[in-house]
Amino acid sequence: MKCAEFLQELTNYLDGVLDDKTKGELENHLSWCHNCYVVCDTTKKTIEIYRDSQLYELPEDLRSRLRSAIMTKCQQQKKRGPHSV
Amino acid sequence: MSTIENKVAAAPISEELALVRAAKQGDDKAFEELVRRYDRNVFRIAQHITQNREDAEDVVQEAFLKAYGNLAKFQEQSKFYTWLVRIAVNEALMKLRRRRPERTVSLDEEIKTEDDSLPREIADWSPNPEQLYNQSELREILSKTIQGLPPGFRTVFVLRDVEGLSTEETAAALDLSVPAVKSRLLRARLQLRERLGRYFQKRESGDGIQ
Repeated sequence: MKCAEFLQELTNYLDGVLDDKTKGELENHLSWCHNCYVVCDTTKKTIEIYRDSQLYELPEDLRSRLRSAIMTKCQQQKKRGPHSV
Repeated sequence: MSTIENKVAAAPISEELALVRAAKQGDDKAFEELVRRYDRNVFRIAQHITQNREDAEDVVQEAFLKAYGNLAKFQEQSKFYTWLVRIAVNEALMKLRRRRPERTVSLDEEIKTEDDSLPREIADWSPNPEQLYNQSELREILSKTIQGLPPGFRTVFVLRDVEGLSTEETAAALDLSVPAVKSRLLRARLQLRERLGRYFQKRESGDGIQ
């Protein structure tokens, strides 16, 4: 496997959806190609950092305010009847 | 090297479907439960796309209101959540267009050629890059970095990698083909990796961190 081929398969590899043969070829490539190993490792870290970041969490007080606003508007909409969106 | 498992597991479909059906019959408590279940996700997605807190709050309200008004039209062929995400993404993109009328905002915007995604910076990162910064610095870095991606890229990344939708669900929510989702996801991941590398690179001795 060449570096460009590794890159083609990187997303499938990180998502765990590669067939065994391609996975083996890719891991063999990673065992000797340091650059691709670094790209693979740091891409995986990128995903994990964003996934664990709790970026843009909705604070509880804002959450309840939004929810009651939504439910009030839904009830108003119901009173006006269907097709009023 | 291990692969990444999605940690966001969707609720059992039957339970979700029961709530949807009750809501369709006019049970507002059931609809409120759906709001409770997904409001955080919709907010995160909306803020990632709009990059604006007020817009994200509006999107949460508008998306749920639209879902409520159109519930009868929901055919139950996909998960309710995927359908809701689709509504929310469209609302968020509309907000973005209003704020940036000078720029075309579309999920179909022209993507650079394959070669542009090839990594240029190969330097390794520190073993625990997130520990190089305090929490608020880290959030600032992550937020600034993802803002630099085109909306079409960051939307795919957020749905797949942050919210844990499958490739197929992401494709359905964004009205894209599966290969288009995969290609954008790869480029989004590589671009984020490269940009984060500026902050997370292994540092040489002399600056206090080894």
